Amino acid sequence: MSEGREQILAGIRRALKRGRLDAARETALRERVAAHRRNLVPARATALDDAGRIDLFVAMAEEVQATVARVASPAAVPEEVARYLAAENLPADLVLAPDPSLDDFPWDTRPLLRIRRGRAEAGDAVSLTPCFAAIGETGTLMLVSGPGTPKTLNFLPDTHMVVVNIRQVVATYEDGWDRLRSAGAMPRAVNFITGPSRTGDIEQRIELGAHGPRRLHIILVDDRQKAGDGEDE
Amino acid sequence: MLATSSTFEANARAGLANPILQRALALMQSGFPERRRLAVERLPEFEALRDIGKSIKDHTLKHLDFYLELFEANVIASGGQVHWASTADEARAAVLQICRSVDAKVVTKGKSMIAEEIGLNGYLEQNGITPVETDLGEYIIQLRHEPPSHLIAPAIHLMKEQVADTFRAQHRSLEPARSLAEARQLCDEARAVLRPQFLAADVGITGANFLVAETGSSIIVTNEGNGDLTQTLPRVHIVMTSLEKLVPTLEDAATLLRLLARSATGQEFSAYTTMSTGPRRAGDLDGPEQYHVVLLDNGRSALLGGEFQDMLRCIRCSACMNHCPVYAAVGGHAYGWVYSGPMGAVLTPSLIGIAEAGHLPNASTFCGRCESVCPVKIPLPKMMRYWRERQFAEKLNPPVYRAALSLWAWMARRPILYHAIVELFSRALGWAGRDRARFRTLPLANGWTAVRDMPAPEGRSFHSLWSEQQKDRTGK
Amino acid sequence: MRVALFVTCLVDLFRPTVGFAAVRLLEAAGCTVEVPRAQTCCGQPAYNSGDRANAKAIAQQVLDIFEGYDHVVAPSGSCAGMLRVHYPELFANDPAVLPGAQRLAARSWELVSFLVDICGMRAVAARWDRKVTYHDACSGLRELGVKDQPRRLLGSVAGLTLKELPGAETCCGFGGAFCVKYPDISDKMVSDKEAEIVKTRAAAVLAGDLGCLLNIAGKLHRHGRRIEVRHVAEVLAGMTEEAPPIGVPR
Repeated sequence: MSEGREQILAGIRRALKRGRLDAARETALRERVAAHRRNLVPARATALDDAGRIDLFVAMAEEVQATVARVASPAAVPEEVARYLAAENLPADLVLAPDPSLDDFPWDTRPLLRIRRGRAEAGDAVSLTPCFAAIGETGTLMLVSGPGTPKTLNFLPDTHMVVVNIRQVVATYEDGWDRLRSAGAMPRAVNFITGPSRTGDIEQRIELGAHGPRRLHIILVDDRQKAGDGEDE
Repeated sequence: MLATSSTFEANARAGLANPILQRALALMQSGFPERRRLAVERLPEFEALRDIGKSIKDHTLKHLDFYLELFEANVIASGGQVHWASTADEARAAVLQICRSVDAKVVTKGKSMIAEEIGLNGYLEQNGITPVETDLGEYIIQLRHEPPSHLIAPAIHLMKEQVADTFRAQHRSLEPARSLAEARQLCDEARAVLRPQFLAADVGITGANFLVAETGSSIIVTNEGNGDLTQTLPRVHIVMTSLEKLVPTLEDAATLLRLLARSATGQEFSAYTTMSTGPRRAGDLDGPEQYHVVLLDNGRSALLGGEFQDMLRCIRCSACMNHCPVYAAVGGHAYGWVYSGPMGAVLTPSLIGIAEAGHLPNASTFCGRCESVCPVKIPLPKMMRYWRERQFAEKLNPPVYRAALSLWAWMARRPILYHAIVELFSRALGWAGRDRARFRTLPLANGWTAVRDMPAPEGRSFHSLWSEQQKDRTGK
Repeated sequence: MRVALFVTCLVDLFRPTVGFAAVRLLEAAGCTVEVPRAQTCCGQPAYNSGDRANAKAIAQQVLDIFEGYDHVVAPSGSCAGMLRVHYPELFANDPAVLPGAQRLAARSWELVSFLVDICGMRAVAARWDRKVTYHDACSGLRELGVKDQPRRLLGSVAGLTLKELPGAETCCGFGGAFCVKYPDISDKMVSDKEAEIVKTRAAAVLAGDLGCLLNIAGKLHRHGRRIEVRHVAEVLAGMTEEAPPIGVPR
């Protein structure tokens, strides 16, 4: 296979009528990559303040048929999960991401919920995961894979619930990349999820739940203080 | 994939005469263009982003060798492998070798036009491996043994009744009397039938909309979730991709992603935009154990530095064909190969040769709508014209046509003769058509008069009338 | 302003009325109009067929003939586009000729956009009691940005109402040699255009390019439709009494 490699690289250089780039040029290109400057970023989300950005995230997510429930504190999450499952007439079985960020919710206040921690298996109907960030620009959830966040939870079950804290809501994908870079090495998978699964492959008619989840329910934990929350991400 | 581009005329006629296809194309015309228009309207920066997207791609292509090496290094650093395939043969062999190394029986596939280009499915089947298409449109055409007719909606040429017939014929273990009248039912059935395949697959093959040099990642842009199940569940993930999908950084990818979904379906962002980097990490509970990138050249590097380099900017959005009046008349199969519409008209001759694909760049009025909607501003009509120049230079046009052109050009450079002949024709045809002012038939113009009348000239040429008028003004 | 009229080969052969309408409008806008006798064709048939050598030879001739005028105006978006957009491309690798091509390009215009954008014309004195619809010819629209200008001037024609054509910006299927190289596809395109025109219930359809108009008129007449087909210049110049519509006897 390294023969193919040399052939292709040589073919590229021949077509561009040059040899291998010189060291100075390569350094400049490496610097360009290392700097990873943002290109033009639309003002849609960046022009907003925190509250506006959060409202934009919710509006855009709802536009693509995700449902959004705002709760006032992490303590209210299990109650919202139970409420949602009952309202959608779903059995009270769910698989939770093993991520530590989900450990501290008071699941014992909802003892009828049958919870398993781990990856998703065939037959799992409902999953609950955290997210890494939430992008206001298009109502997009950013989830990254890891020991606590197996990717199958995002795709195998019919219903996917995601807990988002308002501090995770950022304006743009670029903000998401910045957070990702400071979190360390690239994960195996980064999923940008915008609404439930869908297809338009039959007569251009949009149907939800093609292969991925039919329902995407976002639980937005909005634990801002009433006034003067100085936190700024 | 075997090409039938040389029989474009017959293909086109068949498409025009197919009432089901015509209904499907009418649906497409009322869908995609309007959705794109609304999405573009909603993003004031869209036009500026087109220029930036173009310059990101141009920069990358100019330094493609550097970025490929950087990409490869980062794939390897994250635990993956890169296979460089100059030709379709090498790419197929690489995939087979990987499949054999894990004794694969079933391979699930996310949508990959590169895989179509190299005829991967047929090759795997010949070698005792079962490929299962999982994108709904690709699955449907796999069952029907048809090629894709569109870049992102492979089954766009079908109406739901045909899909229902296909499912009934192929899903024989299901209740025969079940209703398949609605798209909802068809989707649910596909979901149920394909789920066990996802779980049983040994290898998952996806394409890549973008490759990111900075991180050694591949990006797929989908809506169904099949690409994600394909790349997560099996032990091995193979990314089938081509050289020009590369972009330098994550920020560059973000810019192009803003252009892609809006240009393709009019969505703000696709349901699933997924970046994958290498195999599962220590501690991961799921994910593939192996990550392979098969990088295909197949004629692309030869386009660099030449007249067709701009075509390598293509991000496979399908906006051009969604807005093309020729595509809307004849459908994608008429083009006879993997890539149809305006981008197919430019790319296909460079990949399979102008002799086979000669009709494609000629079957265009140069209306320019494709170029006006291309997110990376590829000058598609200009490149179709370049193909026509090559054909002309190689004398590939019909002799009668060349003779007529030569005669016209010869006359156009002799004004006195030209004006005399034009005056002669306008008088003769004007006189011949004096009663009805139009012709139902006209010698040598059967292509025109078969389906429309030819209006008769007014009877004198402009130049002869103008000269007379000038003489009247000054002479008398 | 000293303006040279680029007649176009189709106007010369098929419909001089359009040329005279152009002259009338240009003179009304205060231009002196000359018609260089040695002009024949802009070279587009050769250019679009890939015959670059002949295209350049014809273009060189055009450059020579139209030297020295303030502006060169054509009642056709496709011919004006050839001069304005494609001549510089044709001579891009020809440093001796390129400056001349660029000079001509900068001075070349489609008629209606010239009247509005350069001469500042805002209204015409014509009257035509008709409900009309308008087809946006592709080259004028996409190469030269001709869109608002004809509508603006048509809006000033007394008695005229304009009903926008759905798919006005969709190609009519003429495309020069295309309509005879791929007649089946061309027929489908012009049939779709015909259907849209008929649905507007307009009494007339106008456009700024004679190729499109001959194509559309031919199709309408083949189906016995009485919708009038005219070049927009004839209407703006108030010449609708002087010449019958395209394909209609006196």
